[in-house]
Amino acid sequence: MDLKDKLLSSFIAFENNVDLDNPVHEVRSEAIKNFEEKGFPSKKEEAWKYTSLNNIQKVDFSVFPKQENTLEYKEIKKYFLHEIDTYKIVFVDGVYSSYLSETTHDGVDVCLMSAAFSKPMYKQIIELYFNKVASKDESLTTLNTAFSKEGAYIYIPKNKAPRKPIQILHFATGNEAALMLQPRNLIIVEENAEVQIIERHQSLTGNEVFTNSVTEIFASKDAIVDYYKVQNDRDNASLVDNTYISQKNSSVVRVHTFSFGGKLTRNNLNFYQNGERIDSILKGVTILGEKQHVDHHTLVHHAQPNCESHQDYKGIFGEKSTGVFNGKIIVDEIAQKTNAFQQNNNILISDKATINTKPQLEIFADDVKCSHGCTIGQLDEDALFYLQSRGIPKKEATALLMYAFANNVLESVRIPELKTRINKIIANKLGVRVGFEL
Amino acid sequence: MAYTEEELKKELETKEYEYGFYTNIESDTFPKGLNEDIVRAISKKKNEPEWMTEWRLDAFRIWEKMEEPEWANVHYEKPDFQAISYYSAPKAADPNKSLEDVDPDLLEMYRKLGISVDEQKRLQNVAVDIVVDSVSVATTFKKTLAEKGIIFMPISEAIQEHPELVKKYMGTVVPKTDNFYAALNSAVFTDGSFCYIPKGVRCPMELSTYFRINEGGTGQFERTLVIADESSYVSYLEGCTAPSRDENQLHAAVVELIALDDAEIKYSTVQNWFPGDKEGKGGVYNFVTKRGLCETNSKISWTQVETGSAVTWKYPSCILKGNNSVGEFYSIAVTNNFQQADTGTKMIHLGKNTKSTIISKGISAGQSQNSYRGLVQVNSRAENARNFSQCDSLLMGNRCGAHTFPYIEAKNKSAQIEHEATTSKIGEDQIFYCNQRGIDTEKAIALIVNGFSKEVLNKLPMEFAVEAQKLLEISLEGSVG
Repeated sequence: MDLKDKLLSSFIAFENNVDLDNPVHEVRSEAIKNFEEKGFPSKKEEAWKYTSLNNIQKVDFSVFPKQENTLEYKEIKKYFLHEIDTYKIVFVDGVYSSYLSETTHDGVDVCLMSAAFSKPMYKQIIELYFNKVASKDESLTTLNTAFSKEGAYIYIPKNKAPRKPIQILHFATGNEAALMLQPRNLIIVEENAEVQIIERHQSLTGNEVFTNSVTEIFASKDAIVDYYKVQNDRDNASLVDNTYISQKNSSVVRVHTFSFGGKLTRNNLNFYQNGERIDSILKGVTILGEKQHVDHHTLVHHAQPNCESHQDYKGIFGEKSTGVFNGKIIVDEIAQKTNAFQQNNNILISDKATINTKPQLEIFADDVKCSHGCTIGQLDEDALFYLQSRGIPKKEATALLMYAFANNVLESVRIPELKTRINKIIANKLGVRVGFEL
Repeated sequence: MAYTEEELKKELETKEYEYGFYTNIESDTFPKGLNEDIVRAISKKKNEPEWMTEWRLDAFRIWEKMEEPEWANVHYEKPDFQAISYYSAPKAADPNKSLEDVDPDLLEMYRKLGISVDEQKRLQNVAVDIVVDSVSVATTFKKTLAEKGIIFMPISEAIQEHPELVKKYMGTVVPKTDNFYAALNSAVFTDGSFCYIPKGVRCPMELSTYFRINEGGTGQFERTLVIADESSYVSYLEGCTAPSRDENQLHAAVVELIALDDAEIKYSTVQNWFPGDKEGKGGVYNFVTKRGLCETNSKISWTQVETGSAVTWKYPSCILKGNNSVGEFYSIAVTNNFQQADTGTKMIHLGKNTKSTIISKGISAGQSQNSYRGLVQVNSRAENARNFSQCDSLLMGNRCGAHTFPYIEAKNKSAQIEHEATTSKIGEDQIFYCNQRGIDTEKAIALIVNGFSKEVLNKLPMEFAVEAQKLLEISLEGSVG
């Protein structure tokens, strides 16, 4: 039985387990119909031209974990940003772990989707926001919608800001031979509120994991959202991350994606600007080796006048890795005075590595400033020579230059502890100790 | 381009008349539709050898199995391939027609472009009284070319006279299986040019279809084959700045360029076919496959100015097969009213130290859609490949669109690729600056557009560049109010 059939048949079992009277039931049934019709995307589709899910579909994934697994804090401490105090929402094999988590209802809601789905007090919000910005015809998104049950639910009311950042962590214990996870997150930031979120997916053993995650973010007027995705998983883990962001007037949403690990990673990052004077910022650093594959697929839809968007993705590709960047900017007819910038710079450090990039502009308004730039190149020989002539070994000099290359993306990380952490991961990934704290 | 209902009616009337004219010589027009018999008949009509007939039939069979491509960013009503007549004799001059019958708008445009009266008549299919000029020019040309050993003739003649060359090269760069329109063209092409430059020869003049040496107008399914043998050079011009109102709605041409070791081909195109009226009615569909193959140390340079056609689908490409080969692409695409253009290039780097440059300028006005679609591919063995791409779009008015779809694929670590794209409009301060100095807005815009396109216009042969510049002005006339 292939994965699609398996998912379709599991849906019936899944439906029986959850509340059939819930209005979400209808959304789920609609979604599974769409997935049944479309199936997994193939390379024939333009959006999946460079990324194949064929290997994933061959694996016999468990769609639900057979048992509840537990983890000790000390086993996983290193994956937390433990230097500072944070709220934590922790899932072990897709199941919420109250023991490892720290949630709150004090002024802001940092809790669970399962609670939001079932408790009457959240009913109105779910009706207002759930599945409102996520795509209703993209097959993997609808697959997630059909199985939406658990994930992080974050609600920041007007003029509030949680005291500390929020961490969302997904662990896979590897007790199953192969596990498929489908977390669903809903994040609502009301007027003039602010939030910082760090998300990470981590598998703990060499067993196969496939995560198909959907996150919906709603930023109201004047809201500020900082979202950091840390992707440094083992080479047995595949991740499809679908993020949909709806922004209102004068809001600022920054999404940083750090892709260092995982076998196959696909980031679908979609921004919809539904107001004026909005700023959308998309930044990413990708450093790959071995046979890793990362595909960044971004969309910024400018639908109203006077908005801005800034994209900056840097990639370093070694060994047999492949990197894909597909950035799309759409400027509607009425979105005059739009400023949209897109930058994608890549370095290939191995003959077997591949980069495919497609920065795309679709512009229907005339009074706009839009640009995109894209480069593929190597490290500057002169700079390398300069460092070597001053007694820095070639390996360190190379690392230093690559670090410098990725640096301006790191500059905008607003949690210092996270920045240090990312720095360390980069140094590690490049396989050097530069002798000082980067 | 003003085009009133009355004029449209008039044109329809003339068209009907022409149709009647053809029925008199029945044998020269084939019935509508396409099947193996028609392909055979075309081949027979052209008196082609057996292998060519087989080649066409093979292409036809491939075409039958293919589907029309839909990936381009253009929308149009699909042509009915069974409602087209695939062969008709070249248009004879109509003795009853004089310049007074021609649309005065067209004549006005000719005047602006500075086209001579004779040329105007030829373009409008009006009998030319004094032919001495063009005939003498043609004979001198032919003599010079023959002395150098250059072969320049219609492709149908080349099939007869130089079958070894045609057989060796035709379909090697654009195979029959390449795409839907290339397959169709391979099956039914009737007209086109063939050009061969022998080893070490530098073609002394710009070979051109404008001062066309070989008789007959541009065909609906044109096939061009240019071969530059080792260390030779040729500059080839295609098209014409003057607007031509061809009643053939579908144009599917194939152009193949072959640059052998150390050779250089410069191919310039100016396309100004009927773009449809202000409401977007009518106009030519231009679906062209153009590709060049570069051997060691050779160079192919494409320059195009696209202002006509209702729908354009065109990607002049370079396969940089030999080491140190160079590919260039310079393009200006102007769309106005309801025109749609999806154009760009492919640079396939296979050899070592290959270089490519892409400069594309898109100008959209009215309610038109202008897309740049390009591919830069560096294969794993293409050491030190270098590419620079620049795509700039200029938007006039808020009902048009500019789109960029650049694909960049690198598989070699020594590759250096740069891509830049910008989209903007003409600055109000720029226009104000011109106005202040007594230049009216329309002139100011022409001035700015010319500056914007300068990089590409500079690449055109001299006499073409002047006309192309005027053409840009005319194409955008009235687009800013």
